[in-house]
Amino acid sequence: MADSIAHAQAHPDGPADPGRRDFIHIAAAAATLGGVAAVAWPLIDQMNPAADTLALASLEYDLSKVTLGQQVTISWRKQPVFIRYRTPAEIAAAKAADHASDLKDPATDASRVKAGHEQYLIVLASCTHLGCVPVFAQGDYGGWLCPCHGSQYDTSARIRKGPAPLNLVVPEYAFLSDTKVKIG
Amino acid sequence: MSDHPSTYQPNSGIERWLDTRLPIIRFGADLMSFPTPRNLNYWYTFGAILAFCLGVQIVTGIVLAMHYDPSGVGAFMSVQRGIMRDVNYGWLLRGIHANGASMFFLAVYLHILRGLYYGSYKAPREVLWLLGCVIYVLMMATAFMGYVLPWGQMSFWGAKVITSLFGAFPVIGKPLTELLWGGFAVDDPTLTRFFSLHYLLPFVIAAVVALHIWALHVPGNANPTGVEVKSKSDTLPFHPYYTVKDLFAISVFMILFAVFVFYMPEALGKVDNQVMADPLKTPAQIVPEWYLLPFYAILRAIPDKLTGVLALAGALGMLFILPWLDTSKVRSMRYRPQYRLFFFIWIVACAALGWCGSQEPDGQILEGVKTFTLIDADLNSVTWLSRFASIYYFAYFLVITPVLGLTEKPLPVPDSLYTPVLSHPAGAPAGAAAAPETKG
Ligand code: HEM
Ligand code: FES
Repeated sequence: MADSIAHAQAHPDGPADPGRRDFIHIAAAAATLGGVAAVAWPLIDQMNPAADTLALASLEYDLSKVTLGQQVTISWRKQPVFIRYRTPAEIAAAKAADHASDLKDPATDASRVKAGHEQYLIVLASCTHLGCVPVFAQGDYGGWLCPCHGSQYDTSARIRKGPAPLNLVVPEYAFLSDTKVKIG
Repeated sequence: MSDHPSTYQPNSGIERWLDTRLPIIRFGADLMSFPTPRNLNYWYTFGAILAFCLGVQIVTGIVLAMHYDPSGVGAFMSVQRGIMRDVNYGWLLRGIHANGASMFFLAVYLHILRGLYYGSYKAPREVLWLLGCVIYVLMMATAFMGYVLPWGQMSFWGAKVITSLFGAFPVIGKPLTELLWGGFAVDDPTLTRFFSLHYLLPFVIAAVVALHIWALHVPGNANPTGVEVKSKSDTLPFHPYYTVKDLFAISVFMILFAVFVFYMPEALGKVDNQVMADPLKTPAQIVPEWYLLPFYAILRAIPDKLTGVLALAGALGMLFILPWLDTSKVRSMRYRPQYRLFFFIWIVACAALGWCGSQEPDGQILEGVKTFTLIDADLNSVTWLSRFASIYYFAYFLVITPVLGLTEKPLPVPDSLYTPVLSHPAGAPAGAAAAPETKG
C-alpha cells in the first residue's frame, strides 16, 4: 500500500493514464444516452394508435342503400367517408374539368373511380386542409365546400380553390360485387 | 430569489432554529420587503391578477376533475348532465372555470401590452420576457386542450383543426398527427390524453411562473418611465404598498369576472358546443375561442397550408425575438411618440385580425359592395383585411421596430423615475392609455 501512495503523490494532478479516463467518460455518456433513449421511446410510442385501433381495418358496405344523386357518410377507422352516387351530369362535369388549369392536384376523374363504376365516388370526407367535413352542393364547382376555411372541391372531389393542398383522398377499396364494396 | 439585502430578523427561538435549517420564513419576508419602484401604475397589477387566475383555474379544475369522465361516450354527459345539472354547485364551478380561462387571457393580453408599451422586454429583462412568452404558449396549449374536454361539436372540430396543423409539415406531418391522436382521427384516445395533459400543464405553468418571478427579482421591476431605480428613495417595500394595490385591482377584476359567471355565463361560448361531438359532421362555422382568433385569421389569410401554419407560429415567434429587434435605447413609449403611434395601430391590426377570425372566410366587410378581384379574392373581403392586418403585424416587429429605434428622436427622458411624480403633485401618474406625462 505504501508503494501506491507514494506513486499517487508523484502525479498529484492527473490520472496515470489519461486515455483510460477518457474511455470511462465516453462509455458513461454513451450508456446514459442509450438509457435515456430506451426510456423515452416507450414513453413516446405509447401515444401511437393502439393495437385495437389498428385492428378496425376494413369495412364492407352495401351500395344499394345509396340512390342516384345521394350521398352517405360512413365511418371507417373512425374517419368519415363519403359514398356518392353521382348523376350523369356530375360525371360529365368532372370529366370536362380533367385538364382545367385550376386543378392544384391534377388528376383525371377516371383515376379517382373504378372503371365500370364511375357513378360511385368514394373518398375520405376529411378536407385535406385541416380535416373538416366538407358540405355538398355548395361552392362554385358543383361539389363540396369546406365550412372551415372555404376550400372548394368539384364533382370528382378535386381541390379547385382555397387553402387545401390536395384532392379528397380516395381510400383503398374494391368492388366485391356490383352493389358491395370493401373499403380498406 | 432576490439579491436585495435581507432585512428579516428571526424573533423567537423557533424562528432562529428554522432559519438555520430551512430559511423559508426569511424567503417569504424578503419577497414581501422587496424594493419596488414607487411609480408603478395599475397596469402593473396584472401580474398579481394572473397569479390569482392561475389559482382559480387550478382549484376549480381539480374539483371538476372529480366529476368528469374523460371517455368519448361519457365526457359530454358528465359535463352537460353531471356537472351542469346533478353535481352540487357544478354549474358554478364550471362557470368559473370556463369563464376563468377567458379572464386569464384578458389579463395576460393586458399584461403583455403593458410590457410592450413600457419596453419591459429590454435588457436586462430579456429572460424574464422569454419566460413570460413560454407561459403564454403553455396557456394556449392548456386552454385548447381544456376546450376539447366537454366533447361538444366545437370541442371536437376545434381539436381536429388544431391538431391537423401539425400535418402541414412535410414527411413527419402524418406520423406526428397520428401520434397526437392515437388513431387515424380525433377519437377517444385523443380526449383521454388531452385530459391527462390538461391536468398536468397548469402545474408546469406554475413552475415557470416561479422562474418568471425569480427572473423579475434579479433586476427588479421596471416602471412606466423606463428609468432604472437609482437609489433607495426611488423604491417602496412591496408590502404593504403593492400588496394592497394588487388586492384592490384583483377585487375590481373579480367584479368583471362575476358579471360573466352570473349574468352571461355562455356569452363567450358557442351554442354548437351544447351538441355532442359528431365525427361525421362539421358545424356550419367553426370558430376558436376569442383569445385565439387573431392567430386563426393569420392562418386563414394565407392560401397555402404549410405557409399558413408557419405564419401562425411566426406570429408568436415575433414576441420571443422582440428584445433583439428593438434597437432603441429608450425603454418606455412615453418618450417615443412615433413608436407609440405605430404601436396603437398595431393594437388596431390585432383587433382587426380578431374580428376577421370570427367571420366566414369568404365574408364581406361592407355588406353587398363588390370592388375588384385581387389575385384570388375580392378586395372587400375578410380575406384581404386579414392579409393587410397580418402584413402590418409582421412589419411592426420586423421593420418598424428596428428601423424606428434608430431614426426616432425621443422626448427628453427624466433623470430619475421620481421626477415625473413630483412634477404632478395633484394626481397619480396616468395609465398607459391616457396621455403620458410630457416632461417639461
Ligand atoms: C392554466 C389553467 C387552466 C386553463 C386556462 C383551463 C382552461 C379550460 C377550458 C377553456 C375548459 C373548457 C371549459 C368549458 O367550455 O367547459 C376547461 C375544462 C376543464 N378543465 Fe381546465 N383549465 C386550467 C386548469 C385546469 C386544471 C389545473 C384542472 C384539473 C386539475 C382542470 C380541469 C378541467 C376539467 C375537468 C375540465 C372539463 C370540465 C368542463 O368543461 O368544465 N383545468 N379548462
Ligand atoms: S379544413 Fe377545410 S378548408 Fe380548412
